[in-house]
Amino acid sequence: MRTSRKSLIGTVAAVAVLALAGCGSSTPSSSPGGSAAPGGMQVPDLKPLDKLGPPEGQVNVLAWPGYVEDGSNDPKADWVTDFEKTSGCSVNIKTFGTSDEAVQLMRTGQYDAVSASGDATLRLIAAGDVEPVNTSLVKNYADIFDALKMKPWNSVNGVAYGIPHGRGANLLMYRTDMVKPAPDSWGAVFDQVGAQKGKVTAYDSPIYIADAALYLMTTKPELGIKDPYALDDKQLAAAVDLLKAQKANISEYWSDYLKEVQAFKTGTSTIGTTWQVIANVAQGEKAPVEAVLPKEGATGWSDTWMVSAKSKNKTCAYLLVDHLVSPKVNAQIAEFFGEAPANKKACAETADPNHCRVFHAEDEAFFSKIRYWNTPISACLDGRTEVKCTDYAAWTKAWTEIRNS
Amino acid sequence: MRRRRGLAVLLGPPMLWLVVAYLGALAVIFATAFWTTDPFTNLVVRTFTVENFRELLSGTYLGIIGRTLLIAVLVTVLCVLVAVPFAFFMARVAPRRFRGLLLAGVLVPLWASYLVKAYAWRTMVQPGGVVDGTFGATPGYGLAAVVLTLTYLWLPYMVLPVYAAFERLPESHLEASADLGGRAGTTFRRIVVPSLLPAIAAGSVFTFSLSLGDYIAVQIVGGKLQVLGTAVLQNITLDLPFAAALGTASVVIMVLYLLAVRRTGALDNL
Repeated sequence: MRTSRKSLIGTVAAVAVLALAGCGSSTPSSSPGGSAAPGGMQVPDLKPLDKLGPPEGQVNVLAWPGYVEDGSNDPKADWVTDFEKTSGCSVNIKTFGTSDEAVQLMRTGQYDAVSASGDATLRLIAAGDVEPVNTSLVKNYADIFDALKMKPWNSVNGVAYGIPHGRGANLLMYRTDMVKPAPDSWGAVFDQVGAQKGKVTAYDSPIYIADAALYLMTTKPELGIKDPYALDDKQLAAAVDLLKAQKANISEYWSDYLKEVQAFKTGTSTIGTTWQVIANVAQGEKAPVEAVLPKEGATGWSDTWMVSAKSKNKTCAYLLVDHLVSPKVNAQIAEFFGEAPANKKACAETADPNHCRVFHAEDEAFFSKIRYWNTPISACLDGRTEVKCTDYAAWTKAWTEIRNS
Repeated sequence: MRRRRGLAVLLGPPMLWLVVAYLGALAVIFATAFWTTDPFTNLVVRTFTVENFRELLSGTYLGIIGRTLLIAVLVTVLCVLVAVPFAFFMARVAPRRFRGLLLAGVLVPLWASYLVKAYAWRTMVQPGGVVDGTFGATPGYGLAAVVLTLTYLWLPYMVLPVYAAFERLPESHLEASADLGGRAGTTFRRIVVPSLLPAIAAGSVFTFSLSLGDYIAVQIVGGKLQVLGTAVLQNITLDLPFAAALGTASVVIMVLYLLAVRRTGALDNL
């Protein structure tokens, strides 16, 4: 008995060592060929695709809910079936609820393309999960608004890493029958909750700290926050305090958009941050909700289609991305999701002729008030050099602390 | 010699499965817990640190571990309180021909998907839901809802072993107790409970461990409640080594629990 137990332990130890040695190299080698980007970010040296080959037959796409619809959620929303027939690429769709989830899933190497927001793009680029894109292979790239091209979140050192998809703002949604008067400030989810105590909902991701910081920009100017993604220790602490106080009023945190729809339908949540598409779905299900852009402005997103460095279906990935940013389809997505399209010709293709005006597609002054999701890094994004800013790891820790407080 | 080879062929694959897939995975989790992540890309960086375990022992996480333990204990206790009278009725009171039917009744909920049942509870405890309508009040989403849901989900795992123990309890023991002047209460305390204990302990291994690791029901009916499972889930995308450290904590708790249960002799009953 004694010897067999000993040998078992030996076996286990041996297996453990083997398993450890074998479990893939997850640390990227910051090779001498890699180049440094602003903020000290090391970028692996990857080459874009030089020409399209024959379609591989399939493409696995990782997308925000509502971006790639094949009619299975809403029979009227289908811009994939036709593409599958004409391109010879069948499309497998996987949706995600937060940028962190997208980054994690991209890392598995099982997906060929991803719709990444600004708080995910640089992480994906730095880790070598996505490769530069050859914009000349995307026919519709020429028609994309110049204001979206070669931005800090979709390019590094003048190399394009993705194709802009669309942009919009995170809105404040409320139950029109329960929240009176109608809110016009983020204060309604922070320090002026009033009767909605215990019915507030908030987005379950560290990036939501920026929403608190944005609110503090107006309400506590003495903190000196210029950019909600560039917070020094003191500013982060103020945002964390605000969120910890908010927690007492929270009913649920959401990252699954269907759960938010259900919570608003039943009234367990009556007010909180949302996306236009969620408000549309909830209204479609007869929930009396409205979504507004509060006076403080809002956080938002400018999304980018990126191609996985490990993809085996790159031609299909390029074909799909080109299809998604083509005028007609980009218009359909923009209307379905409730955002501004990236393709300027899309504005002529929307079912509602006013869509681009309502969503400010060409209104740069409007988008200057929207703080796109960005990845906080220790070099302050607002240009301050006398202090060190808190990076996303610190935000993650802070968020965990808030959720667990 | 041939027999030995045959035995090796027979036992080899399951042993390989046990050691590589099962113990190997545990070992990898434990080892990962000593690594850290890159602050920008969240990639795992393989440098040795005990920082994760230090953080695990901070107030916040001890609170989460304590809360998770509390839920597991409450669920187990509630399951025992419901299962013992129920199993007693099934095994001792109900006419023999109904026993199969009652047993089927206990097992039928296991046919429905876990998710369907959890979402059913979500609609039941919401304001204006069935619970609210029937009792005039609802606990809402949170700890109470989680305990209720998990108790409902795991009850069959407690009823079955307790039922089996009641079945095995010889009638003669109860008669002997009565003959010697033992009242119903005394008989229950000194004869029934001791012979049930191993069965309850065996059932509690399921209810306790399943509650300890659950995170899906917690997400559905828990509101903003944070337990070990949801904390692992939250960290798995952002800080894998810390998620591994949290996972290690639940493994340690389970090992301690199993060691305690083994002392009751319950593991011989599984």
